[in-house]
Amino acid sequence: MNNLISMRDLTKEEIMLFMETAAKIEKGELNPNMERKLAALMFYEPSTRTHFSFATAMKKLGGQTITMRGTQNSSVQKGESFADTLQTLAQYADIIVLRTGIEGSARYAAEVVDIPVVNAGDGANQHPTQALLDLYSIIKTQGTLENLNIGVAGDLRFGRTVHSLVYSLSEFNPKFKFISPSFLQMPSYIKDDLVSQNIEFEELQEIDQKIEELDVLYVTRVQRERFADPEEYEKAKSSYILRRSMLAGVKDNFRVMHPLPRVDEISTDVDDTPYAYYFQQAKNGVYTRQAIYAVLLGGLK
Amino acid sequence: MTQPKQIKVNAIKNGTVIDHIESGKAIKVLDILKLDGSQTVMIGINLHSKKLGSKDLIKIENKELTSDEVNSIALISPDASVTIIKDYNVAKKIQLQIPEYIEELIQCPNPKCITNIEKISSKFKLTADADVSVRCVYCEKKYRIDDVKVHT
Ligand SMILES: [Zn+2]
Repeated sequence: MNNLISMRDLTKEEIMLFMETAAKIEKGELNPNMERKLAALMFYEPSTRTHFSFATAMKKLGGQTITMRGTQNSSVQKGESFADTLQTLAQYADIIVLRTGIEGSARYAAEVVDIPVVNAGDGANQHPTQALLDLYSIIKTQGTLENLNIGVAGDLRFGRTVHSLVYSLSEFNPKFKFISPSFLQMPSYIKDDLVSQNIEFEELQEIDQKIEELDVLYVTRVQRERFADPEEYEKAKSSYILRRSMLAGVKDNFRVMHPLPRVDEISTDVDDTPYAYYFQQAKNGVYTRQAIYAVLLGGLK
Repeated sequence: MTQPKQIKVNAIKNGTVIDHIESGKAIKVLDILKLDGSQTVMIGINLHSKKLGSKDLIKIENKELTSDEVNSIALISPDASVTIIKDYNVAKKIQLQIPEYIEELIQCPNPKCITNIEKISSKFKLTADADVSVRCVYCEKKYRIDDVKVHT
């Protein structure tokens, strides 16, 4: 594998390679040596968490990072200079991690430079490292990715994270429950894909509906800006807040995940239940990104 | 009473005939064929057609186009018919198929796509879906072929 651009490019075997590598790194069974490696973190869009996670992962492997920040209206939007910037950084670095708001930038970057490119989010399109860390969190808590009952709640219409998650789990025969206000439902092109793959899903309106059937509940934020009427938001919001009292009948292996940061969609009284997994999830992001560096930079031996 | 058959565009001895082109699209079709300019080309625009009412027609002399060369016509006028002529006779009919891979011809409708921001040519792949759709290689959005603009 030369680049990590989109979950669409990955086979099931490649996904599992990332999972196994992350697990070995976490257990200390694999210690890739990146002492002489330099990652260029190009962040055209601010994302403190993602940046920290990539920087931490490289440092834990003994490598170095340099960071280039730009605003959305700087070089990425001014024509040739994006390619030139990439070319220049590729002279210094061993790998480029790219975060932009412009869709397809990472694919283009991979065409321009001959060092590996990692897509750290390209607008509404893909965020494969988030998807892989979500999968790693699921496999760690459930022991498998196969045949799971997965609830996905929140803004399912615009949520890139949930689209990637649903897309990548589709290879593992899941059953989905999609929980959202009706105008933020999963887009029909995704539902059509699921139908054609014979994947079972149902659409629900309340976060605790059928919660007892779930193995994982993946909660995302419903943004106030999505609502035309603020009163509608206040009304709808309470249907998507997960509270401790809703967890009475859940399975033992049930876990709540969230890409963070949360606003109030998971009540803080859930945090100290055995089902809360969102903070560990962030930690899993570092193992997953260590695994990504290792796979792309030849650190598996 | 039978009408005398009118030949408004001369018959060719050898070459390629692209018939039943949607009226008014012959110039676009010619454009995407990217001929090198050395062939004799005859174009009929708004010819009478029993089947279509009116149609355009292109005859290219002494040049046998291949499927790969003509398939992109399907993006502009899917019902066009392509015939290879040898010695005034039909030697082969080519069934037009939307190409598996389409470079440059389509503009990505997504304004946030890098192909609309950087000066790079678009790339699309035909999807396996039943509705005839293409997916942008860059932003990965999928569009029904009828919903994308073909630029020439
Ligand atoms: Zn595009």
